[in-house]
Amino acid sequence: MTDIDAQSGEADTPAEIAPETLFDTLLTRSHEQLVLHPTRESYSALLATLHAAGYHSVIDLCGVDYLTNDSRQLPVDIEPERFEVVVNLINHRERARLRLRVQVPETDAVFPSAFNLYPGTEAMEREAFDMFGITFEGHPDLTRILMPEDWIGHPLRKDYDSGRIPVQFKGAPANR
Amino acid sequence: MTATHELPTNVNQTSEGGQELTSAGVVAAGERLRELGAVLRLSENDALVAERQQVPDDETMIINMGPQHPSTHGVLRLMLELQGETVLRCKPIIGYLHTGMERTGEELTYLQGPTNVTRMDYAAPLFTELAFSLTVEKLLDIEVPERAIWIRMLMTEMNRISSHLLFMATNGMDLGAVSMMLYGWREREEALRFLQEVTGLRMNHNYIRPGGVAADLPDGWRDGVLRLLDMLPGRLAEYDTLLNQQPIFRERLQGVGAITAEECLALGVTGPILRSTGYDWDLRRDMPYLAFDQVDFDVVVGSYGDCFDRYAIRLAEIHESMKIVRQCLEKMPKGDYRIQDKKVTPPPRARIDESMEALIHHFKIFTEGFKVPEGEAYVSIESPRGELGCYIVSDGSSKPYRMHVRAPSFVNLQSLPHLMHGSLVADAVAIISSVDPILGEVDR
Repeated sequence: MTDIDAQSGEADTPAEIAPETLFDTLLTRSHEQLVLHPTRESYSALLATLHAAGYHSVIDLCGVDYLTNDSRQLPVDIEPERFEVVVNLINHRERARLRLRVQVPETDAVFPSAFNLYPGTEAMEREAFDMFGITFEGHPDLTRILMPEDWIGHPLRKDYDSGRIPVQFKGAPANR
Repeated sequence: MTATHELPTNVNQTSEGGQELTSAGVVAAGERLRELGAVLRLSENDALVAERQQVPDDETMIINMGPQHPSTHGVLRLMLELQGETVLRCKPIIGYLHTGMERTGEELTYLQGPTNVTRMDYAAPLFTELAFSLTVEKLLDIEVPERAIWIRMLMTEMNRISSHLLFMATNGMDLGAVSMMLYGWREREEALRFLQEVTGLRMNHNYIRPGGVAADLPDGWRDGVLRLLDMLPGRLAEYDTLLNQQPIFRERLQGVGAITAEECLALGVTGPILRSTGYDWDLRRDMPYLAFDQVDFDVVVGSYGDCFDRYAIRLAEIHESMKIVRQCLEKMPKGDYRIQDKKVTPPPRARIDESMEALIHHFKIFTEGFKVPEGEAYVSIESPRGELGCYIVSDGSSKPYRMHVRAPSFVNLQSLPHLMHGSLVADAVAIISSVDPILGEVDR
C-alpha cells in the first residue's frame, strides 16, 4: 500500500490523467493482457454486462492469497486486501480475453457466486472455497471438492503450514 | 427438504453427508429447476413440465460408481441416481488423487517447476510443461529461439498423437472392444518410443523448460519421426475398419451423451467435447501460440455432439497432428534449442571448467534459481483435452508466489451430469470414456 502511494506521489502526472476504464471498470494491462479491477459489489453487474457483450465462457476462476506479498501493482483507487479472486473470461467471436481481479477482505471472505450466469464456475468456486476458505454466496453446493470433507484448514492459504502435517487418513487418530 | 423426511440408511451412514445426493423427490422443486434452468437453458414452460414430473421416492436408488471402477479412468467416483437402469442425476466426486501440486509449485523454483507440473496430465505431460514455461517466459519477457519453438511444436504434437491413441485404446476397452485396447497401446508405445529417444523418459519428461527445451533433438530424430508417420496411416485405417464400420460400436456411441454448444460454453467445456457440437474453436488456430500460424492444418468439428463425434474427432485429430509433425520435419530451423541468456539458461557443461563466471551462474541457477520480475500472467494452450492454462503470480523472487493450472479435465467433468441425464448405466461408461478425463490433472 505504501509503495503504491509513494509511486503516485513521485509522478504527479499519472494521477491527473483519468485512469483507463473498460465497461466502466478500472483497466490495467499486464504483459499485454487486459485486467479489470471491479469491486466485490460491482462484480455481478459487470459479469452480466460482459455476458451480454459476448464473453460467454468463464474459462478459469481461482483465488490468490496476498498475505506475504504487499508489493503488487493495483490501480490507485483499489484498496488491496488479503485475498483476490481472479476470473478469466473469453470472447470467442472477437478472440479476446479479459481477466478480473477482485479484492476480498480477510475479515469478510464472502464473494458473490457467478453460478446463475456461468454454471461452469461451480467446480472452480468450490475449489477456491476449499483452498482459500472464500465463501461464495448463492452457490448451489458449496462443499469441499479436493480435500476430504473433515479436513481442517484451507491448504493454499499462506499461513497454512505446509510440509509438517503427515498424511491424514479418515478415522485415524489426529496427529496435529 | 423437510426435516421429517428420512434419508436412506446407506446415505446416513457415510461420513460424507454433505456430499450425498438426495433423491429427486426430496429436493425442493425450486432447487431442481434452478439446476435444470440455469444449465440446460430450459424455457419456463419446460421447467413447469419438469416440475410436474415428480418421480416417486421409492423408485429411485442412489449408487456409487468408483473410485475403483475400471472404466472411470483412475479414481473418479460418481454418485448416480437411478430409476431402474436410467440415470436421473449424477454427481462426480473427485479429490482422491489430490496431492497439493499447486502448493508444491510455490515451493519449487521456476527451473524445478516443470518437474512438478508434468505430473498433472500424465497422458500428455509435455502440454502442462509448455503452458508453465510459456507463462514464465511471458513474465520474464523473453523470446525463445526459433528452433526451440519448432521443437516444442513437434514434441507436443507427438504427445497429442500418443494421448489420442491412449483414448482410442481405453475407449475401445470401455465399450467391450478389448482387442482395440491392445492395438491402441501398441501404437502409443511407438509414439512414446520417439519421445523417449528425445527426452530420455516415456512420461513425465521435464523436457520443455522456461527458456527453451532441455536438450537438442538427437541424431537420427528424423528417422524416428518418419518411422511413426509411415506406420500410423495403415494402423489408423485398421481402426477405421475395426471400429467405424462396426455396427455394434456405432450403436453404442451414436446419439449417446449428446450436448449442445450453448451448454458447453456455459459450462466452460473446451476441446474435443466443444468441437463435437460443431463449434469451430481451436486455440492453435484461433489464438495461435508457438508457430501454429505458420503450419497448415484443419480444425475438425462434429455435428451431433454425441459420443461418436467425440471419438471421430480424436481419430481425425491424429491425422491433423501428423500433418503438423510432417511440416515441423520440413521447416525445422537450425540454431539454438534454448535462449542464450546467462540469467535463465545454465551455461554449457564445458564452460564451467574454464570460466569462473559460468561456474557462478551455474551455481546460482541450480541453488537459488533465476528471479522473475513481479507481475501476473495467464497463458493457455490447446491440450488434447481442451484449454490448458497456467496462471502465475510472481513477487520478484525465484519461486512462483502462486501457481494455478487451469486443467481442462477438471472443468470438462462438469459436463458429465448433463451428458448422462436420462441415459442408461451402460451408456454412462461410454460417456465417461468419451470425456477422456485424466484424474491426475483433475485433482492436481
